[in-house]
Amino acid sequence: MELFKKVKIINFMEYSKWGLAASTLLVIACLGLILFKGFNLGVDFAGGSVAQVRFTQKAPIAKIRQAFAEAQFSGVQVSAFGSDKEVVIKIPVGKVHKDLSTEITHILKPLGKFEIRKLDSVGPKVGDELKQKGVLSLVLAILAMMLYVGVRYEWRFALASVVALLHDSLITATSVIVFNIDLNLEVIAAILTLIGYSINDTIIIFDRIREGMLTKRTNDLNFVINEAVSSTLTRTLFTSLTVFFVLLVLYVFGSKILVGFSLPMLIGTIVGTYSSIFIAPRVAILLGFDLERYHENELKKAKKKQEKERLRRQYEHGRV
Amino acid sequence: MQRVFNARLLAFICALIFGVGFALPSFLQTKGPKITLGLDLRGGLSLLLGVGVQEALKTKYASIASSLDYAFKQQNILVQDLHSSLQGVSFTLLDKDDEKGVDKILEDLRKDGVEIFTTGNNYTLRLSFRKAQAYKQQTVVQVISTIKNRLDQFGLAEPTVLQQGKDAVLVQLPGIDSIEEEQRAKDLITKSAHLQMMAVDEEKNEYLDNLTDEEIKRLGDVVLPYAGRGGQAYGHLLLKAIPILDGEMLTDAQVVYDKDNRPVVSFSLNAQGAKIFGDFSGENVGKRMAVVLDHKVYSAPYIRERIGGGSGQISGDFTVAQASDLAIALRSGVLSAPLVVLEKRIIGPSLGADSIKTSIVALIGGFILVMVFMIAYYALAGVIASVALIVNLFLIIAVMAIFGATLTLPGMAGIVLTVGMAVDANIIINERVREGLRRNESVAQALHSGYANASRAIFDSNLTSLIASFLLYAYGTGSIKGFALTTSIGILASILTAIVGTQGFYQAILPKISRNKNLALWFGMSKQVSQRGRSGAV
Repeated sequence: MELFKKVKIINFMEYSKWGLAASTLLVIACLGLILFKGFNLGVDFAGGSVAQVRFTQKAPIAKIRQAFAEAQFSGVQVSAFGSDKEVVIKIPVGKVHKDLSTEITHILKPLGKFEIRKLDSVGPKVGDELKQKGVLSLVLAILAMMLYVGVRYEWRFALASVVALLHDSLITATSVIVFNIDLNLEVIAAILTLIGYSINDTIIIFDRIREGMLTKRTNDLNFVINEAVSSTLTRTLFTSLTVFFVLLVLYVFGSKILVGFSLPMLIGTIVGTYSSIFIAPRVAILLGFDLERYHENELKKAKKKQEKERLRRQYEHGRV
Repeated sequence: MQRVFNARLLAFICALIFGVGFALPSFLQTKGPKITLGLDLRGGLSLLLGVGVQEALKTKYASIASSLDYAFKQQNILVQDLHSSLQGVSFTLLDKDDEKGVDKILEDLRKDGVEIFTTGNNYTLRLSFRKAQAYKQQTVVQVISTIKNRLDQFGLAEPTVLQQGKDAVLVQLPGIDSIEEEQRAKDLITKSAHLQMMAVDEEKNEYLDNLTDEEIKRLGDVVLPYAGRGGQAYGHLLLKAIPILDGEMLTDAQVVYDKDNRPVVSFSLNAQGAKIFGDFSGENVGKRMAVVLDHKVYSAPYIRERIGGGSGQISGDFTVAQASDLAIALRSGVLSAPLVVLEKRIIGPSLGADSIKTSIVALIGGFILVMVFMIAYYALAGVIASVALIVNLFLIIAVMAIFGATLTLPGMAGIVLTVGMAVDANIIINERVREGLRRNESVAQALHSGYANASRAIFDSNLTSLIASFLLYAYGTGSIKGFALTTSIGILASILTAIVGTQGFYQAILPKISRNKNLALWFGMSKQVSQRGRSGAV
């Protein structure tokens, strides 16, 4: 089976102007959402407790709320989780609960048979530390990737790949607000995975562009990019589709346990594919990448190498 | 025939044998190194405990003060206002002539890194900064070993106790599945089990209600509550602040039954403890001595005669389980610092089982989907890629099993990522090979140029991800680490299987492909192109 029998060169650079405009709008919208609506921080970062309770019959959500209110708990949120037998009870930090599991058991006892399937209590200090360490490791990882791409390719390409990566992570992270998912460690895992994919995708295309720049005798960068993106298109689509379907399986069969991972990742795969085709090459051009100069530099480098070779040969010759 | 086995194929076969061999114990639960499932996958209790290192320092000063008190009394040196705080130990010498004697007593402390400052007759003792830091670290280490010791004696399977950051300890207990068990385990771990013998200040005790905090402090006393029976505290007792002896001198603790057949904990002291105990009881007949555990008075019997032998009892309204846990806690030593629960996570066994089921279904479902895709699209080349993918998965599990690594849900995410990248590598390679074939290259040429071109890009992208995961592993916390670990292993495995391994395969079967020339069968390319390819080659 073959998707495209022949490489048809599509003028992606023409479309990428629109892509850039769309992305700019999207990024502004995302920033707006983050600023005005903000993330719903989960217990991992905000601290507090969350209990996942499964009843043997239908969970009486209204009664659960009332029971907690009567027990002098304030700010408790109760919501259905997955099936109608299961609920998630969120208890904010504030009152110190020494033995929350016993207390919950006591409060819910009159409401029927149940099982506490999960109970997370996180102190505020831990959340802060997670935030700091998470951000630090992320920043270091991104810097290191940038350095590597910069050394292997060109600094504008490195910067462009990081711009694409930030674009993808920003949109993915914001999707969490739209889908009303709490920002927890699963979401962070999703964003990390996405960063892996995004950089992978971008490098594959950049590698092809570099190959085109070195082999095609033209100074028309747009042509080189179009050619490179077009010839990697099958691979880009195929890879993204496989990943997308694997995630879809995870989303459909993973019930609600993994929703914080699979849903943002589904969005991220689409955005990541789009950005490596339409955004990353465009940004490299915007940053002032110039093919003519690149060729000159390459020529100089080659000449230098030749010169060195010549000198070494002379030297060896002289000694012999 | 000698072309069939090439270095790459051999490496791949080794990886296959190694991967399957070391992954099997994890799948079949047989003997051998197995992958450890994280608590999020199998259920259990996870506690992040903050270690009160400042408190530990305070306790250290208190015990220095206690030993000084004993030494001064032994040598009849009169001092005033001997007290300890977080800042150190201080006292005032009454008779200047005793200076030599004091110096002799302090000499040992000075050797231990205690700094001694004197202004006139006022002495202040303090640990140097470096010594204090070292002491704090040592406290955390000691807390970890004490917790381990307690859990071992408690008989829990495979507990994990690890230091996190500077002053926190992570305790993970798989297989805790009821609230009662959780409660009991938590109590056992966090109980400081600080046993002290303290003298009751008999002269002032009856005026206790009229004393202010300030006055009590000036007397060198403390007020401690009774432990209370049945959860109810009754009354307080005025005690000399400096204990007669400390739990450090304890050698053993056992559950025994008193005359009413109630469980009590009996303890014995080492020789030094027994001597101090004997001396004190001999000098204070008729007065009370309190058995204090974790700053609560359990009993305060009158001393009727000198008590030799160095043993005693702690009686409270214990259940058998409580008494046995207390004995374990006492035996395994005092926690030299109080513990605060910073984070507590309980995952019920049913949720853990669900998580495993879910992730396995998703992983296998995704795998089958990917393989069907690959084989439908690339035909036999897809089969080769799928074999590489399966070996890849085995390798990840095998490596994790050998290092005893823990597989968590974020770790599963890492596996999904690397499986995706391994598939991607094969797609890139196959697309490149097809490009070569479309340019009418021979199969050998197309394979060669395909691998050469594809490897460069794959290598770059894999290396970038690998660098990132190393950093995430080094600087990240718990779940980020789990993700980074599986990603790193997965990327390395995928380089071995998806690039090296598949190339070995092709090298081995190249003569067959070249003879057969059925590109539709081998690379899933439509007849039209392969026809042209053949005519071009002719």
